[in-house]
Amino acid sequence: MRTPQTSPGDTADTPNSFRQQPDDRGHFGDFGGRYVAETLMPNILALEQAYDEAKKDPAFTDQFEDLLEHYVGRPSPLYFAERLTEALGGAQVWFKRDELNHTGAHKINNCIGQILLAIRMGKTRIIAETGAGQHGVATATVCARFGLPCVVYMGAEDVRRQSPNVFRMKLLGAEIVPVTSGRGTLKDAMNEALRDWVANVDDTFYIIGTAAGPHPYPAMVRDFQSVIGTEARAQIQQRTSRLPDLLVACIGGGSNALGLFHPFLDDADVKMLGVEAAGLGLDGDQHAASLTGGAPGILHGNKTFLLQDEDGQITEGHSISAGLDYPGIGPEHAWLKDIGRVEYTAVTDDEALEAFQLLCRTEGIIPALEPSHAIAAVAKRAKEMDKDAIILANLCGRGDKDIFTVAEKLGVEI
Amino acid sequence: MNNANRIAAAFAKPHPALVCFVTAGDGDTAANLDALVEGGADVIELGMPFTDPMADGPAIQAANIRALKAGTTTQDVLMIANEFRERHPDVPLVLMGYANPMVRRGPEWFAQEAAGAGVDGVICVDIPPEEDSALGPALRERGIAPIRLATPTTDDFRLPTVIEGSEGFLYYVSVAGITGKQSAAQDSIDAAVKRLKAATDLPVAVGFGVRTPEQAGAIAKVADGVVVGSALVDLVAEHGVDAPAHLRDLTARLAKAVHSAERAAA
Repeated sequence: MRTPQTSPGDTADTPNSFRQQPDDRGHFGDFGGRYVAETLMPNILALEQAYDEAKKDPAFTDQFEDLLEHYVGRPSPLYFAERLTEALGGAQVWFKRDELNHTGAHKINNCIGQILLAIRMGKTRIIAETGAGQHGVATATVCARFGLPCVVYMGAEDVRRQSPNVFRMKLLGAEIVPVTSGRGTLKDAMNEALRDWVANVDDTFYIIGTAAGPHPYPAMVRDFQSVIGTEARAQIQQRTSRLPDLLVACIGGGSNALGLFHPFLDDADVKMLGVEAAGLGLDGDQHAASLTGGAPGILHGNKTFLLQDEDGQITEGHSISAGLDYPGIGPEHAWLKDIGRVEYTAVTDDEALEAFQLLCRTEGIIPALEPSHAIAAVAKRAKEMDKDAIILANLCGRGDKDIFTVAEKLGVEI
Repeated sequence: MNNANRIAAAFAKPHPALVCFVTAGDGDTAANLDALVEGGADVIELGMPFTDPMADGPAIQAANIRALKAGTTTQDVLMIANEFRERHPDVPLVLMGYANPMVRRGPEWFAQEAAGAGVDGVICVDIPPEEDSALGPALRERGIAPIRLATPTTDDFRLPTVIEGSEGFLYYVSVAGITGKQSAAQDSIDAAVKRLKAATDLPVAVGFGVRTPEQAGAIAKVADGVVVGSALVDLVAEHGVDAPAHLRDLTARLAKAVHSAERAAA
């Protein structure tokens, strides 16, 4: 691992830190940045300025925290998974229960932050992209809560496989636009949302759902999601009087993982494991593991690891989980991999499906297919660790939305 | 004549320049390009197909998909450029596209290959001035003009940033939106071009939403160049390998309107 770097603005008495990224141009080492069309640049710069001002304004942070407490239901519990721990026969497994949030996933944390910023900037129309539909539901929810019109772009294929979430968004008053370009999944939805934004820059705020996209989105989404790790860090110390040995989280774009990891980055003894979707296996092209199976490139406003061919054409990710099949990843993860602070691995569809069932039966918790990937990695690692070691994993979403996919996979008709 | 000089010469003609766009690998590209030149295009923009053309409307998105489905590679695009250069030694050729295919093998590789193929300029949609180092220095070193885009959202505060480091010509995107969708009101174009020309000595070409000879002629009264893309790409979509005759016809009508426009006093 490289030693932490101080940014040029740091004074001599600031300790070295992994938590000072990005630089003032939005770069995380070689990654990140603002690779957008000129039409969007003034908007991106205005957003950066508005966010910088908002995060220093106690009125903004007070309102954010108040909504997280009373509307979202934070803090989410930190739960010791006793029977799972017993079943695995190794390290203690603890879960940060972000699936208990209002709307059933971590996505709402970020949406609360961004809609408050949108209102602060005087924007009157909200757009979003969604894959599994969790971010779309969270965006539609906050739009209903604040009375703003909401347009959600969703790949046509995802509309098909996530129909419960589509109906939820409609109930919440959102307009769903099915996107048929490309293969009709998350990346195509993001292209279409960017096309909408570029044509409606004056009144529209684009709520991006993960810690990716042009600066300041990766840093801003990370900051809003860091409530996960900040709570977890205090909770685990209160309960066990120490820090965990290993943090585990699944990664599509990477916002739940960064939210958990970021507050721990300077705790040198805490190891971290990000889990990508290996789909049908990393040896073929049917996976969504940008870090473990991709290469650096530029897409959707940032430089990061991408699934792409030798000509830089973007290839489609595959995962059983619609929330993980994005062909890119947040730029801060690309940097954390590059410097070696976080380890990244990948878990197949079948392994995730097995972990999904394991958690259902041992703990009475139906997880989403996304964190099922994290649970599969936990199962592997726990067995290799001492019984007094602590693994803390993020249970970032609940599985109600996935029961149809799981039933189909298991050959069950419901 | 080489590289940026060809662009300068095209804009030094006694009349405004017609800039015509088609996507590489869509239909018989060599024949399509020849038709544009025969019709009277002064500058050729060759689109590099990309899987995720975020700034493009349905027409050019579809052209990208057709080109990629036909198996078009970066090497094919460079070969099309190279053969065009052999057939048309004096017509400026500009590559237009997105960052990822341009930087995939490194900016130096791309700049060297493009220069070798006789490319005069590059328009990269998603590399704003703030990220110039990703491609700009490599292009300039090889004598290829990095052509920047200015838009209705580029305010006076930001305009100098866009102009600095821009070469060849300044491409004014006349609508805040994607290609080929809606057209800007003529008086907003007049005002914008006046503002840009007051800020730079570079020629100013206007594009996005320009489809007809009438529109092109009106813009040519104030601008140094007029860019037409989606209307030409639509002809390729409609007529496939028979597109060249139709491209030649539309280009000739556009060229007549643009070349005969009486320029308003500056």
